[in-house]
Amino acid sequence: MSVQEAAVAPGSAVEAVRSRTHRRGVLVLAIVAGVTLVLAGVALSIGDYPLSPEQLWRTLWGGGGRIEDYVVFRVRMPRLAMALVVGAALGIAGALLQSLLRNPLASPDLLGISGGSSVAAVFALLVLGTTGPLLALAAFGGGLVIAILLLAAGRAQIDGGYRLILAGIGISFLCIAVVDFLLVRAKVEQAQMAVVWLTGSLSSTPWWQVATVAAVLAASVPAIVASARWLPLAQLGHATANGLGVRTGAVRYVAVGTAVLLTATSCAFVGPISFVALCAPAIARPLLGRGALGIGTSALVGASLLTAADLVAQYALPGTQLPVGVVTGALGAAFLLWLLAASKGRQLL
Amino acid sequence: MSAIDSTPRLAARGLKAGYPGRTVIEGLDLEITPGRITMIIGANACGKSTLLGVLARLRPPLAGRVELDGKDVATLSRRGFARTVGLLPQHPTAPDGLSVAELVSRGRHPHRGVFQRWSATDSERVDEAMAWTGLTELADRPVGDLSGGQRQRVWIAMALAQDPQILLLDEPTTFLDLSHQLEVLDLLRELNRTRGTTIVIVLHELNLAARYADELVVMSQGRIVAHGAPSDVLTPAVVSEAFALEALVMPDPLTRTPLVIPVPGGAHAPADAN
Repeated sequence: MSVQEAAVAPGSAVEAVRSRTHRRGVLVLAIVAGVTLVLAGVALSIGDYPLSPEQLWRTLWGGGGRIEDYVVFRVRMPRLAMALVVGAALGIAGALLQSLLRNPLASPDLLGISGGSSVAAVFALLVLGTTGPLLALAAFGGGLVIAILLLAAGRAQIDGGYRLILAGIGISFLCIAVVDFLLVRAKVEQAQMAVVWLTGSLSSTPWWQVATVAAVLAASVPAIVASARWLPLAQLGHATANGLGVRTGAVRYVAVGTAVLLTATSCAFVGPISFVALCAPAIARPLLGRGALGIGTSALVGASLLTAADLVAQYALPGTQLPVGVVTGALGAAFLLWLLAASKGRQLL
Repeated sequence: MSAIDSTPRLAARGLKAGYPGRTVIEGLDLEITPGRITMIIGANACGKSTLLGVLARLRPPLAGRVELDGKDVATLSRRGFARTVGLLPQHPTAPDGLSVAELVSRGRHPHRGVFQRWSATDSERVDEAMAWTGLTELADRPVGDLSGGQRQRVWIAMALAQDPQILLLDEPTTFLDLSHQLEVLDLLRELNRTRGTTIVIVLHELNLAARYADELVVMSQGRIVAHGAPSDVLTPAVVSEAFALEALVMPDPLTRTPLVIPVPGGAHAPADAN
């Protein structure tokens, strides 16, 4: 039978291609992980009490003095850990949404999920006078409500994410209007607090917040792995995916649900940090090439981006600490414009 | 013919199908003959793509059922169904930069659990599918760089890697020039003859359908007008009913299959314009 005759010469063609893709993936991951490590080292070393690399190394292994221990483990480490965890969560959320909707502009901030969190948090802060963990819960709830609205809006459609994206942009604008209304009506000092939250900040992060975001990230791993398996098939179109036994409706729920959970949790503690979710996959995918989703790489790129942005926020202007959201917003906007110019209207996925 | 006896039977019973507010197919019965090539032909909007979609479980029937070996397919698991019945839809899309080998590999999905790793069997099937469609040399090339004919071979290879016993194709030759159309149909016929794969194709090109089909299903306005061997089915009366086209039908001088030749100046009102 010609089917057998034609088949499997020594050295499988598909194995060769797969291992080439795999090698490139490992190389990219190693490089991005290296960048992340260097940034983390810098974040732990510099500041009002600078540490030399030797000092830092000794302190990390338990050989530091009292001041060194305090500076590293109480001040810098929680802030760094939050930047890493939130950056990773946002990078994953962006990669999931962009792969699902096959659109490089899809990200939780542009879809209004962060906007929903903002409205809920600002309302809780200004009208109900809520602070602390309850504020985080309100922000989470707000993001979730928007996500449910989005899923309902996108449910009827067969293919493509344009309806979802347009609905999200509409919701974003609505959220901005509501937040502005709340801010205008508030007292100046309270409005100031709300504005700081709204720009997104990593300063004064307690360990329990880091642990909460990390726990949510860990709990999402099975859903992320399942999405990583299904999304490449969903990308082939509704009909092809169904023909391969994948229910595209279910994939949509899992991927959007996971992205919302990660975004809303991050947003709840550090505020709506913009553009990391948009930029991380846009950097990760071209590095990997070959049509890869780049979910894991996006996580690492997101972690590096947010750590770097936070370094800029802390030390760029001598004597002033900027909220990290200001930095990601400024860098992200420039990146977005570059993305639009460079891709020349071509879909990136 | 034990290969054909063991091939599952796909059938539609009392099928009603369509979209909310618009019934396209009503009361349709059809048994796909196992191990043969069946081509579904008919005018635009006659319901042939809708029928294929329901057979492939893309959308549930409004009434009636689709059966696989007598079992209602709605009761089967989606992945289980996909191991038996493959589908090549009209407009599949591939992400930019994805290589031929990796796209073909995606056909293995129904055979792997969500958390199961890639196996040697998976590699073997994908290599076979690529060798068979003449794509081994192109394995590392991005699908987007290929020509239309090559790309269609890639999608067929993906369907082969899925290793289905029944393969459904929705207009697999659209946008291809004649020689590439023939190439695709030759490939499908060889698949049918060597592996005994049951093949169902929705096709626009009447004369190619007549040449390559073992059985023709002629549809008009959501009904089956005729079903049988091309030479029995393709008569001027049937062509007139299904396509509102006045035509001469004569044996193809090379293959003896029916050849439909529209009469110059004859009636050819679109069938859906009444």
